[in-house]
Amino acid sequence: MKIVLRNLTKTFPGRKKKSREDVTAVKDFNFEIPDGELVGLLGPSGCGKSTTLNLICGLENPTQGQIFFGEDEVTNLAPEHRGVGMVFQNYALYPHLTVKQNILFPLQNRKGKDRLSKEEMEKRMKEAARLVQIDALLDRKPGELSGGQQQRVAIARALVKMPRVLLLDEPLSNLDARLRLQTREEIRKIQRATGITTVFVTHDQEEAMSISDRIVVMKEGVIQQTGRPQEVYDDPANLFVAKFLGTPPINVLEGYVKDEKVWLAGRPVLSARGIPAQEVLVGIRPEGFLLREDGPLACRMERVEVMGRDISIVASQEACREGGIRAIISAESAVDPHASSVRFAVKPAKAFLFEKDSQERIRARLQTEE
Amino acid sequence: METKMDYEKLEKSERTAERFRKFFTYLLLTFWALIVLFPFYWMVLTSVKSYASYNAEYVPSFFTLSPTGENYREAFTSVPLLGYLGNTVFFALATTALMMAVITLSAFAFARLRFRGRNLLFTLFLSLMMIPNELVVITNFVTITNLDLRNTFTGLILPSVTSVFYIYLLKENFEQVPEELYRAAKVDGTSDLKYLCRVLIPICRPTLVTILILKIIECWNSYVWPRLITDDPNYYLVSNGIQEIRENGFGRENVPAMMAAVVVISVPLIVLFLAFRKKIMEGVSRGGTKG
Amino acid sequence: MKKRNWKAWLYLLPSLLFLGAFLVYPLIDVFVYSFEEGYNFASQTYSGTGLYNYSYVLHDTYFLQAVKNTFLLVMITVPVSTGLALLISLGLSSIKPLRELYQTIYFLPYVTNTLAVGLVFMILFQKTEYTDGLVNLLICSLGGSAVDFIDGPYWAKMFVLCFYTVWVVLPFKILILTSALASVNPDYYKAARVDGTSRRRTFFRITLPMISPMIFYLVITGFIGAFKAYSDVVALFGTDLNTAGMNTIVGYVYDMLYGDGGGYPSYASAAAILLFAIVLTITCINLLVSRKKVHS
Repeated sequence: MKIVLRNLTKTFPGRKKKSREDVTAVKDFNFEIPDGELVGLLGPSGCGKSTTLNLICGLENPTQGQIFFGEDEVTNLAPEHRGVGMVFQNYALYPHLTVKQNILFPLQNRKGKDRLSKEEMEKRMKEAARLVQIDALLDRKPGELSGGQQQRVAIARALVKMPRVLLLDEPLSNLDARLRLQTREEIRKIQRATGITTVFVTHDQEEAMSISDRIVVMKEGVIQQTGRPQEVYDDPANLFVAKFLGTPPINVLEGYVKDEKVWLAGRPVLSARGIPAQEVLVGIRPEGFLLREDGPLACRMERVEVMGRDISIVASQEACREGGIRAIISAESAVDPHASSVRFAVKPAKAFLFEKDSQERIRARLQTEE
Repeated sequence: METKMDYEKLEKSERTAERFRKFFTYLLLTFWALIVLFPFYWMVLTSVKSYASYNAEYVPSFFTLSPTGENYREAFTSVPLLGYLGNTVFFALATTALMMAVITLSAFAFARLRFRGRNLLFTLFLSLMMIPNELVVITNFVTITNLDLRNTFTGLILPSVTSVFYIYLLKENFEQVPEELYRAAKVDGTSDLKYLCRVLIPICRPTLVTILILKIIECWNSYVWPRLITDDPNYYLVSNGIQEIRENGFGRENVPAMMAAVVVISVPLIVLFLAFRKKIMEGVSRGGTKG
Repeated sequence: MKKRNWKAWLYLLPSLLFLGAFLVYPLIDVFVYSFEEGYNFASQTYSGTGLYNYSYVLHDTYFLQAVKNTFLLVMITVPVSTGLALLISLGLSSIKPLRELYQTIYFLPYVTNTLAVGLVFMILFQKTEYTDGLVNLLICSLGGSAVDFIDGPYWAKMFVLCFYTVWVVLPFKILILTSALASVNPDYYKAARVDGTSRRRTFFRITLPMISPMIFYLVITGFIGAFKAYSDVVALFGTDLNTAGMNTIVGYVYDMLYGDGGGYPSYASAAAILLFAIVLTITCINLLVSRKKVHS
């Protein structure tokens, strides 16, 4: 089922006594989710991603705009008629019902001709349970399950209705780090197996990047960028997106463009053909540094952190606004941790220029400065 | 196209159902609110009707155009209402003050001091909560009578200056204060009593205030014990006073004067409630029960 | 360490003294009293020990009347008040505007003097030579005939008593149930909505099980409270409850102890212990039933 969101806007009436102004949670949201894809809504807390999910689900009605599931407009339709399955952040499993009863619950809600026979319900429940591998736990209560198992039950309960759309609200946030890795694989696998169009919300960029077909990066209710994870990472639309994606985060340095060259700390680092002279912000991914004795970027060495496969060099540079520069290089490179300074060259594909004031991307063909 | 039509119909029928539900909800809520409020309205209304006009109304009127304060004067002069009020205020304040001191000391001992048998003793205390007042009131009555304390404030006050439940409530609250504060105070050489007064009591003030108000309400409304222990009107509390007024006061017919007395007795608590609404409701929902 | 031990007991001393003198000692003593036959208040002597006090109380028609009244009161008011409180709390939690106002109004009876407001109820329901009373006028206007609810037939008196009791106990129950309803995680309701659960089913399968511990708590405290009914009865019918035929068990205890027919602490003790036994039994039955039904 394709989902189309057109000019979606949601405002909430202001709650604070002092400012009666409405709060805009989602602003002019336009996006089309292709059938069968897994889409991650990504952004810091309060960016409107959960509201967007609730709008798709039908728990909230948009102030403006339209929502289509396939050809049907569902903008003001109540959630139960939309055919959506939702997994809540805290799973919302009914604590007094067993796993089996929880999964059966949505089916038992149906009335009239939609109602399935007992055997059919049982069969569907078993199928859903098998899909998420909890067939052995059917008679337990949610309180007796681990976080990961509860998560699976919640997914099974959402899937048993055979929804047209599956929605997951922060599906991994209540799990510990190890389970998170495992569960996100599971989610990906289940989504592939069922082929249900799935939207999930997360504030963890790594989570979103690792399993999504497409990600939507949001900030303050406005879409910043959409696309396949690697595309967005390699070609961020603005400084916010560049900073939000990637761990460790991108290094931001202050520089300027003069004579079609990017200057950092008084030296030309990259050539930027066709860009007029101006002050710019230069974002360089940690993996975008090359250790060169004659490199143009001279930094003071602070320390070296060994991480096994890689080492990361923490250095300081006057052009760098916030904190130091962090460069990740292969552990095979010879670094003298006691050296007082270090020099880098910059990989042009890993560096981006942004306008100083608007922080929008300046698209330029960067090249190594000869 | 067809499905789209269906959806619209669904939306519409749902909105209508929702409106109906809202309407009936408000109807029910308003109905009960009127039942709750009506006796209050009626007592105020009757209290400002004159004796003559009240008795002339075979069908009571729902409002009066000529309110009179006569009944209030009557209530304060022909029966010692002021005396009842004074007694109750004194009784409530004295009982509450004594109780606060007693329970604070005990709660502190249970919450912070270490001594042998602490847990056992606390369990015993908790089990005392199950003893119904009706069982012990008999012996207490005999005790107070034998001590010759009937018709004295001492006799009125003494049996109700401890409350196991409030000790429990306060102990829980004291324990929420990080123990590090106590240790730090000990390191600084602060005495236990000083720590209690300077640290614990200020921090736990909200709970203490809640208990204080609940106890005052309880005292204001207490009826059974005062009735047993006092038969001299000079020591009557408002509850006994009102009963006395009803049976021997203005004569059964002077309803407006009676209602004036009822208003005078009810107003202080209602004012107290409106002033501390949040605190009282929160305190009660944490485990108060009536009676 | 010894010194601190000693100090802790000093802090506990006042409450230990008071509890010992006015709670523990009387508890033991009441049993002693109940077995002392022919106790004389003035000389504080008794003629023997045995079960005579119990037998006397159990054969006293006033006591039997009191037991009947109390049971009727309990059986009517506990279900009615709990059900009504649930209905009102559900209504309250489904609205936003005016909610605080309604909550405040509903709580008012809790902070009023039972005796004082009981007088107002008496006036509303009473039929005198001067006026039929407001309630009777209402009944007449609806085509019924006037009844004296205060000095009239038994069922009428019982009705007023139950009505007033419900009026008095409802604030506490509404308060507890509203906060119980508010504490149910809204995600459960959202999940139920997404799954298309009907309102009825949501209520019976989700809301009710979730708040069942609180309902159960209210039923138990309601039983205990209603069994101890006394001051609201006095408020409506005056202190001479035996003549009115509206006495309760607690009223019987107090009347035996003190008042016109008073001066018999032994009978009072026996009656109080019987009451306690009844309450204990009912509470145990409640606990057993709930063990099976209440989700915790």
